[in-house]
Amino acid sequence: MPRITVTVDGITYEEEVEPRLLLVHLLRERLGRTGTPVGCDTSNCGACTVMLDGKSAKSCSVLAVQADGCEVVTIEGLGANGSMHPMQRAFHEEHALQCGYCTPGMVMAAIDLLRETPEPSEEAIREGLEGNLCRCTGYCNIVRAVRRGAQEMGRAVRTS
Amino acid sequence: MTEVGRARRRKEDARLLTGRTQWTDNLRPPGTLHVAFLRSPMAHARITRVDVSGARGMTGVVAAFCGQDLAAEQGSLPCAWPVTEDIVIPDHPPMAVSEVRYVGEAVACVVATDRYLAADALEAIEVDYEPLPAVVGLEEALAPDSPKVHESGNQAYTMKVTSGDVDAAFRDAPIVIERTYHQQRLIPAAMEPRAVLASTDGDSYTVWTATQIPHVLRVMLALTTGIPEHKIRVIAPDVGGGFGSKLQVTAEEVLCLLLTRRLGRPVKWNESRSEGNLTVHHGRGQVQRVKLAADADGRIRGLRVELLADMGAYLMLLTPGVPLLGASMFNAIYKMDAYEFGCTGVFTTKMPTDAYRGAGRPEATFGIERIMDELAAELKADPLEVRRRNWIRHEEFPYTTISGLTYDSGNYEAATDKAMALFGYDKLRAEQADRRDRGDPVQLGIGVSTYTEMCGLAPSRLLKEARYAAGGWEHGAVRMLPTGKVEVITGTSPHGQGHVTAWSQIAADALGVPFDDITVIHGDTAIAHKGMDTYGSRSLVIGGVAVLQACEKVREKARKLAAHVLECAPDDLEFAGGAFTVRGTDARATIQELAFAAFTAHDLPDGVEARLDSEATYDPDNYSFPHGTHLCAVEVDTETGLTRIRSYVAVDDVGKVVNPLIVEGQVHGGIAQGIGQALFEEAVYDADGNLLTSTLADYLLPSAADLPDFVTDRTETPATGNPLGAKGVGEAGCIASTPAVVNAVVDALRPYGVHDVAMPCTPERVWRALEGARS
Repeated sequence: MPRITVTVDGITYEEEVEPRLLLVHLLRERLGRTGTPVGCDTSNCGACTVMLDGKSAKSCSVLAVQADGCEVVTIEGLGANGSMHPMQRAFHEEHALQCGYCTPGMVMAAIDLLRETPEPSEEAIREGLEGNLCRCTGYCNIVRAVRRGAQEMGRAVRTS
Repeated sequence: MTEVGRARRRKEDARLLTGRTQWTDNLRPPGTLHVAFLRSPMAHARITRVDVSGARGMTGVVAAFCGQDLAAEQGSLPCAWPVTEDIVIPDHPPMAVSEVRYVGEAVACVVATDRYLAADALEAIEVDYEPLPAVVGLEEALAPDSPKVHESGNQAYTMKVTSGDVDAAFRDAPIVIERTYHQQRLIPAAMEPRAVLASTDGDSYTVWTATQIPHVLRVMLALTTGIPEHKIRVIAPDVGGGFGSKLQVTAEEVLCLLLTRRLGRPVKWNESRSEGNLTVHHGRGQVQRVKLAADADGRIRGLRVELLADMGAYLMLLTPGVPLLGASMFNAIYKMDAYEFGCTGVFTTKMPTDAYRGAGRPEATFGIERIMDELAAELKADPLEVRRRNWIRHEEFPYTTISGLTYDSGNYEAATDKAMALFGYDKLRAEQADRRDRGDPVQLGIGVSTYTEMCGLAPSRLLKEARYAAGGWEHGAVRMLPTGKVEVITGTSPHGQGHVTAWSQIAADALGVPFDDITVIHGDTAIAHKGMDTYGSRSLVIGGVAVLQACEKVREKARKLAAHVLECAPDDLEFAGGAFTVRGTDARATIQELAFAAFTAHDLPDGVEARLDSEATYDPDNYSFPHGTHLCAVEVDTETGLTRIRSYVAVDDVGKVVNPLIVEGQVHGGIAQGIGQALFEEAVYDADGNLLTSTLADYLLPSAADLPDFVTDRTETPATGNPLGAKGVGEAGCIASTPAVVNAVVDALRPYGVHDVAMPCTPERVWRALEGARS
């Protein structure tokens, strides 16, 4: 069985994995990182989105072996020193989650969206989140949260 | 400032936002085995042979079973709503034994040490099928020469109710409009797929499951399997959305319980999305024949509704009753002299249908709101003006409708006026006229929907009349802890609705304790021991009231204790801000101090127990009736058929609001789901009964890019039937929005001679409707 080395939320793991093992199952079932859920099997819903070497990736569509040597950040590793990331806080403030199942992926996709477009328009946010489905919110408050998160992240960048 | 009415940010959020969640699929006790189900690839077939022996020896496989292996113990999945005396309720084995009746029905299972190995072993199971004809269309199913889904035939039941002289209303009516509308089947698609974990210690059983109904499920599991109720504990941990789809007693829940009993180890099943599209009950699925008679001035004389309702292959928990929830809703907010409602439940070889957000009421609202627009078109009048001529005026409440419900309160004028102003109705009508005059290839359509619904399911006495097998009360309990903190225990089972936050707000006001000092416990039958769970926009208007009443009982207990401590008569005490004060003095005792006094019990008056807690069970006398006016503007490209929603305004009256943030969120989500039905979603079966939309690549859920921002506002006419004055909001958005959007699409196309577009109004369907009208 292939042996891989992968860093997840700052901790380095060495694992022997079947070639067919999905990254999301490595995270959830081997490493106990259950914060990242699975919502579909066709990579449409985006609930399993994580950061893979700094870019968002749907972890149901990545084999664990493909993550060899990579750094993975999940929703559980996003905050620092026990406090939430500005995007997580913005989702809370804007009531951008109801059942919360899509939320980890949505937050990751939102952060990734801002990496390329730090001050997105409403249209850019909606287009940018097209690959992440939510059945509860109708997206209005998610769009508002991404805007708020963008402002707060921008402020953090400017003052640092 | 009171807590009720505040836009409190939710207590639920922090865990969900940081991944510290308890989805059923996250749970993995030591030794957990994984179940995979082999499912029928045929819509209808006799099972002539199943051989699971090939799977049994494979790596990691602990056991494999077919339906025959479990036949003696698996029972029949329950239907709790025998809507007529002569309804046919076919046997529904959780795992098919001799015949399959829809694609996806379980025929065998593998239990293995790992989910991948369980899936591998399914490949080694052999099943021989003798194909039988599929039964897909509803009219075809009722034809005398149709193949039969069940030996008894394809009709589950038929019923009719009449109020007033319908024949007289239609006789010589100047205007009679008859339309047929199709309510396509929908897939609820909660974001969390179903998951079940069952374990046993050899004596009793625990079932963790992604359900909306842990309490109902416990009763049903006991009745289905024969395991005594007190030996079963059901836990709904974090549940990722439901929309009615998790209001069910599923085959997989029963089977996981049986498997853990057989194997003595924890057994877990987690569905894939494509498995879920096939086997989570579907929603809607009706052919509606709607016939309306009106006077020349547009006043409605009578309404006749005849439904064919697609039951699918079996009757599940509420299957036959869902269309009948619309029986009292087709007449909606309108006055009329006569009304007739008939419904025939039809078996087909498809996944059973059951409750999906709104359950019967969206279908009814669609039928009436679509035909009201047809009436307006016939009269060449504004659709809102025609509605105004017919609706119950605000001064006429309480009003008993033609279908026999008594609407306690409402103000349709106020909601409509507010919506029109926010929408810029007159300006948009002017733009529409201009585009029509110019022959603009992109036409503007304006859709209206003035809906009401019956919420707060349901008064137990009315459920008896409706032949529903259970009651509709809800339970709440409140415990003051020694340190003055508060535990609220509720029988509701939230899965995204924010009950922890809202119930905290109710209790904070009622007890005068800080919002942050309250915790809310739910979803575990061992702890929240009594409940009827969450569906039908019932949680606040019934469960919230039960919490309020339990708090009031605690307060009265505390009053007795305070009178003892403060050496006065109970009637001399005033309660405010969480403390009792002796009237006219500054002698006071806080409720926290009294909680500690109850705990120490050092100085309790005779007959007062050493506890400051209470509980209440609330059963409403009537439904509640939220209403509102939704307005939608669409731009339809007449060359490509593409519809784009330009603006959407919703003014809802849900009565008194506990948390406006949560209410707005519910409305947003509901609108999006209703738009999904109007424009995007359909569970498509081919003629052989294969589901063609079995993945999220084929079944189109609206994404952020497909939807506009929604403008929402409220009017507030308190419900008079409950002390919170609340009406319920869980389903309102999706009841209102579907007809608003389709009315807008048809409105855009009406100058071309189009008077209907079947849902979902895809570009192709719109284009074909235009082509059909042109030719």
